[in-house]
Amino acid sequence: MKTEVLEKKRSMTGAEAIVHCLLKENVDTVFGYPGGAIMPFYDALFDFQNDIKHILVRHEQGATHAAQGYARASGKVGVCIATSGPGATNLITGIADAQIDSTPLVCITGQVASKLLGTDAFQETDVVGISMPVTKWNFQVTRAEEIPVALAKAFFIARSGRPGPVLIDITKDAQFGSFEFEYEPCAKVRSYVPEPLVEIEKIKEAAHLINNATRPLVLFGQGVILGDAQEEFKTFIEKAGIPSAWTILGLSALHNGHPLNVGMLGMHGNYGPNLLTNQCDVLIAVGMRFDDRVTGDVNKYAKQAKVIHLEIDPSEINKIITADVAVLGDCKRTLDLLTQEIKQNKHSNWLAQFRKCDDLEYQKVGKQELHPSADKEISMGEVIRIVSDKSKGNAIIVTDVGQHQMVAQRYYEYTKWRSNITSGGLGTMGFALPAAIGAKVGAPERLVIAVIGDGGIQMTIQELGTIFQYGIDVKILLLNNEFLGMVRQWQELFFDRRYSFTEMVNPNFQHLAKAYNIPSYKVEQRKDLEGEIEKFINHRGSYLLEVKVGKENNVFPMVPTGASVSDIRLE
Amino acid sequence: MKKQYTVSVFTENKIGLLNRVSIIFTRRHINIQSITASESEVQGIHRYTIVIEENEILVQKVVKQLEKQVDVVKAFYHDNDQLIHQEIALFKVPTNSLAGSGEVEQIIRSFNARILAVHQDFTIIEQTGHKNETQQLFADLQPHGVLEFVRSGRVAITKPMKELKDYLAEVEFASDLQNTKNYTNGKA
Ligand SMILES: Cc1ncc(C[n+]2csc(CCOP(=O)(O)OP(=O)(O)O)c2C)c(N)n1
Repeated sequence: MKTEVLEKKRSMTGAEAIVHCLLKENVDTVFGYPGGAIMPFYDALFDFQNDIKHILVRHEQGATHAAQGYARASGKVGVCIATSGPGATNLITGIADAQIDSTPLVCITGQVASKLLGTDAFQETDVVGISMPVTKWNFQVTRAEEIPVALAKAFFIARSGRPGPVLIDITKDAQFGSFEFEYEPCAKVRSYVPEPLVEIEKIKEAAHLINNATRPLVLFGQGVILGDAQEEFKTFIEKAGIPSAWTILGLSALHNGHPLNVGMLGMHGNYGPNLLTNQCDVLIAVGMRFDDRVTGDVNKYAKQAKVIHLEIDPSEINKIITADVAVLGDCKRTLDLLTQEIKQNKHSNWLAQFRKCDDLEYQKVGKQELHPSADKEISMGEVIRIVSDKSKGNAIIVTDVGQHQMVAQRYYEYTKWRSNITSGGLGTMGFALPAAIGAKVGAPERLVIAVIGDGGIQMTIQELGTIFQYGIDVKILLLNNEFLGMVRQWQELFFDRRYSFTEMVNPNFQHLAKAYNIPSYKVEQRKDLEGEIEKFINHRGSYLLEVKVGKENNVFPMVPTGASVSDIRLE
Repeated sequence: MKKQYTVSVFTENKIGLLNRVSIIFTRRHINIQSITASESEVQGIHRYTIVIEENEILVQKVVKQLEKQVDVVKAFYHDNDQLIHQEIALFKVPTNSLAGSGEVEQIIRSFNARILAVHQDFTIIEQTGHKNETQQLFADLQPHGVLEFVRSGRVAITKPMKELKDYLAEVEFASDLQNTKNYTNGKA
């Protein structure tokens, strides 16, 4: 039952106004944690528990990651709430993560009363100052009547154009103050251009390059997902017949089994797309930003190719890789216009080169990783292979950061849109557990599997409490190598095997799960793996499956830092 | 090659915006040589005039990142040839240094500087000009005793003729998603 949403003006407090703004923005869920400076809001929320689901996390960082997971799974704006001081500073990691990965968030923080600002009052911290470098926009509200306009702008800015996190800091007196509430959603901010104007000339120039290309390669990023351009993208690559490779944030924008999907870019990406980046004649980047983990040494990156860059954010053009043709705009629109200008084409021989690379990669890497011989310890790859089979590639995979992240993204056979949720730009360990909670809340009908390492899970393990309290059905796959695996791998390869502080003495994770009433199992032998994964996936409700994997396994291929993408190593 | 550029940033008048603007420079480890904030000819729009020494490619990237900020309307960069620019300097000298030979008065006249205030103990001299000029005046006055010296940031007007209000109209047009969605072939 929905409490009636206000239509007319009504006198209310700032705290009530925040709640009504959320309702007006159709917010159904918020993730938060109360405290002194945000108490008036919490008191107002108490009367709206049927309209807005509040999920009490166990740490404010968890609120941001959960809101991110929610946003990425649902396509809506994620909302989180925290109190002033430590509550607000605990949000920063998640906000920074959302900023670099373009995730729409509205974070609302309580602040000390306006007359105390600047006096080092109890739990006062300059969160507007602190969050400035990591927000798309932020604003401090000191009067109740500013709340509707500030929040309307916050939602508009967070979701429009290239999305990002917005923080609104609201003083306690503004929450207590009364005023005549009226809400007008924001549709425009005069100094802010969410989507640059499309230049048809550029579309034509790009089409000309594509039509004359013999070895074109598409690189796609999260822009395709954020632009909701799944169909436009598929139609474009199919018409032009262009092999297409993904960044880890672009993953799941195109079915993994699509004949033109040639796999993963970057440091631990596939052999073909990395190697052949330096052989293509036209490189078409769609909604991606040439992160250094993708490009390797930029001075040896696709120098032979003409570069076309489809991008919504003008500041990404020429930031890392110079574009010969920059097509600005929302890719949903520009891809459509581009498709109209290009001719039907096929690049069978060129595509075959990728497949040849795949075969080589499978022989050198995939085979052993996915089907290790009986004398070898369990590999992360075989676990993911079985999880992928048993879930038929239909799950939302939320990964943490490290080896397991790379392996999950390399080997899970994604079949569905919006199914890969990971911390890409910031590489935030501790992301997965809370983000999976948010993903499940944002997409309740989907199977959500969090893939986490033994290091990362302990960074936000307290969120097991949130899973417990709300009965959230998150499947937790813990790949335990008793090391900070990714760092250990670098120590092995580049620091003479000097394992400086990367070995982990871990708790009994089954006991931990049990404390939260979450069923669990630890697989130590290969013969149990398949059956236990089946149980794990089919279990109703949350479940922790821990798998003891090879302690010193490495992720390959690898482009060593500073090397060229074509120097990718298979072993 | 590094060269001196003046970055002009036109913004809404918002608390904290100077911070947001300066972060774009500091995160790239760019040293700001001078910064001046004032109103512009358009009501409600403020302008920052920021002088840096960098290579042009980097300056272009910085300007785009400035424009990306929600409350920044427009940002430009210019080299010194495209600008008319000035700085103002004030000098406090002992009043008795002006007595006697008339040497100080001579200096003041030759620099086209002027005396702003005379007190019993001190005299304030004002000079407007480029940095090298005010610096030279400082050097010339120093033997006669300079009690205090201060120089403002650069203010600059660009030679290109397009007016700010026209840029504003363009940005405001593009800020409307309705317009961006319908815009094709250079025309709405
Ligand atoms: C908050 C944070 N601290 C440190 C790092 C650096 N780091 C990257 S991967 C990694 C190891 C992760 O170990 P684990 O979670 O066990 O996963 P594995 O690599 O073993 O799969 C570390 C420490 C990071 N990414 N994030």
